[in-house]
Amino acid sequence: MDRISQHTAPVYEAMLELRKRRVVPFDVPGHKRGRGNPELVDFLGEKCVGVDVNSMKMLDNLSHPVSVIKEAEELTADAFGAQKAFFMVHGTTSAVQAMVLATVRAGEEILLPRNVHKSVINALVLCGGIPVYVPVRVNHQIGIATGMALSDVERAIREHPQAKAIFVNNPTYYGIASDLKGIVDIAHKAGMKVLVDEAHGTHLYFGDNLPISGMAAGADLAAVSMHKSGGSLTQSSIMLCGRDVDAEYVQQIINLTQTTSASYLLISSLDLSRRNLALHGRESFEKVSSMAEYARAEINEIGGYYAYGRELIDGDSVFDFDVTKLSVFTQGIGMTGIEVYDMLRDEYDIQIEFGDIGNILAYISIGDRIRDIERLVGALEDIADRSAAANRKELYCGEFIAPELVMSPREAFYAQGERMPLHKTVGRIAGEMLMCYPPGIPILTPGERITQEILDYIEYAREKGCSLQGTQDLECREMRILTEI
Amino acid sequence: MEIWFSQLDTENVKTSVRVDKQLFSRQSEYQRIDVFESREFGRMIVLDGEIIFSEADEFIYNEMVVHVPMAVHPSVKNVLIIGGGDGGVAKVLTQYPEIEAIDVVEPDEMFIEVSREFFPETAKGFDDDRVKITNMDGLRFLRRCRDKYDLIINDSTDPFGHTEGLFTREFYGNCYRALHDDGIMVYQHGSPFYDEDEAAFRAMHRKAYQSFPVSRVYQAGIPTCPAGLWMFGFASKKYHPLKDFDAKRWDARGLKTWYYTTHLHKGAFMLPKYVEDILAEEEQK
Repeated sequence: MDRISQHTAPVYEAMLELRKRRVVPFDVPGHKRGRGNPELVDFLGEKCVGVDVNSMKMLDNLSHPVSVIKEAEELTADAFGAQKAFFMVHGTTSAVQAMVLATVRAGEEILLPRNVHKSVINALVLCGGIPVYVPVRVNHQIGIATGMALSDVERAIREHPQAKAIFVNNPTYYGIASDLKGIVDIAHKAGMKVLVDEAHGTHLYFGDNLPISGMAAGADLAAVSMHKSGGSLTQSSIMLCGRDVDAEYVQQIINLTQTTSASYLLISSLDLSRRNLALHGRESFEKVSSMAEYARAEINEIGGYYAYGRELIDGDSVFDFDVTKLSVFTQGIGMTGIEVYDMLRDEYDIQIEFGDIGNILAYISIGDRIRDIERLVGALEDIADRSAAANRKELYCGEFIAPELVMSPREAFYAQGERMPLHKTVGRIAGEMLMCYPPGIPILTPGERITQEILDYIEYAREKGCSLQGTQDLECREMRILTEI
Repeated sequence: MEIWFSQLDTENVKTSVRVDKQLFSRQSEYQRIDVFESREFGRMIVLDGEIIFSEADEFIYNEMVVHVPMAVHPSVKNVLIIGGGDGGVAKVLTQYPEIEAIDVVEPDEMFIEVSREFFPETAKGFDDDRVKITNMDGLRFLRRCRDKYDLIINDSTDPFGHTEGLFTREFYGNCYRALHDDGIMVYQHGSPFYDEDEAAFRAMHRKAYQSFPVSRVYQAGIPTCPAGLWMFGFASKKYHPLKDFDAKRWDARGLKTWYYTTHLHKGAFMLPKYVEDILAEEEQK
């Protein structure tokens, strides 16, 4: 990385220049620097609305970058050790989908763990790719899916030598990383591309003692949520290309679905965040790691909770652990994660990232302060005490279930179907997705067989307060299933 | 020459004090600390733009957070002061011979140093052998305490600044556990007058009311506080601030005061109607 050039921020600088020039706008957006919508200016501020502008010569164009966006993307590629970087404005979802669309065509296979984000499955609905699930290992103590074991990946590659790509979470929401370098080596030997979902891994590019990043491991494409640990605005993200990727083709794929009115608020936030990460990322994430480690130690001292860390590493399906993640198994205090999550929000004014059946995840970032950590730990202790007083117990651990895939997601999604109350769907094939959000990992995807065990899991999650999503029925009480012919 | 220090009570109301000179100004790890010399109030210490105390009116605050619970609880031996980096509260407590230990938990070392340097009279509280200072976040300190104190005084002022965590549900819960079965907690309850302070005032009472069997509020007039009015919370596991109040016992001590009297003790719990209404509303929730 060239540290000197990283001091610049081409898009941001061009926007400052535009502001100085006081150009009279006879283009969109129609609010004309906010004058047409004073309430919005009052709410968001003049500075913000004033730079909500459209593509123009000075500011380049995201779909066809030739000047400042091109430069900013080059700086990003340099900072992340990639051949090429794309700014994305439809969230990391769009980056994940572009990765899949750029590598897998209708009828072609892709290897992936089942605990992927829903965006991957949706991309397969769009392109008609066939998922081949590599078995996901489960940690029975905390009830979560971990990573892929290298031996399982090897077997999948052997059994599906025609597969085009392998998809890897790096790391998972909970901070667990597979042996990415090992996977890249064997996938490349077999002629497969490696796609890496780094929605929870921006900081891996700028930290010490963290799991290896996609680009450093030699992966081909990586979707990186800059708006999570990177500090940019919500919905902004980047996609990185490795050495042997045809980046011009990837740009065409992105342009299939990307807006032609990309927001400069998002683009400039990517530009500034990249600069900040390149110049100060290392020290920032060191601080984040130490805050998370401190919180982990304090939470484990309370008793009942298990804030897990590097001790999970087994050299196999938990090849590495991202210490910036603060995931806590809560069932030891007699409460599900989602109950703790709700209580933190409703009674302690603390909003954490998510709670599922067994765990909570608190997102620690460069914006945190140790005093906020003290609040979180203090609240968790108070909850544990109250739970002990209420003498709660008997929890269903709710382990990750890997359903049977009967047909491709695309085939099932477009097949003739009907809506049916969930409890009547045992044995049938799902025609749509169902998940708890967050984390957004599907419980059922289109094409999977519904079992009683899965329905029990769904009803338990519902009862405990998880937000169920994905079905046409907003209440998730009915599901679209395939008509039996 | 005129120099004026202004404290923004709300966006639209200022309390301004004419300043003779500025004696100190620095940013600590936690807050900006300023010390001014003024004609009317003597020396004042200002944290993040808000007057914390002045030489002229600090006695009101210090006496009210100490004597009120001390006149109720029959036997206080161990006291915890959260915040209290100026030593003023500790100083009043040291007048009670039966108190065996006073723990002061103040995260900001610089605040203590500044108090010692510019307010040596107040900081004298720290010189007593019973006083032990710990530089630690209050919530963190409390997490390690169980059934340890007779009295906890939350001497932190700002529900929105770095002491925000001391005005939360978890703080009250942690205090509850740190107290003996007949323990009392006294805390700053802010000023209820201006709209923007009212929400915090309400939330504080609601949280204390839910956490403690007895939870009452009392008041004092303090000139440098917003609207000149300041409230304190009295949260207790057993003793009621009026029913268990022993005026005779306290008067027999013969302590010298400038604000507190046993008559005033009773009056301080008689609140304006609008404050009573606010409290009653929160108790319904």
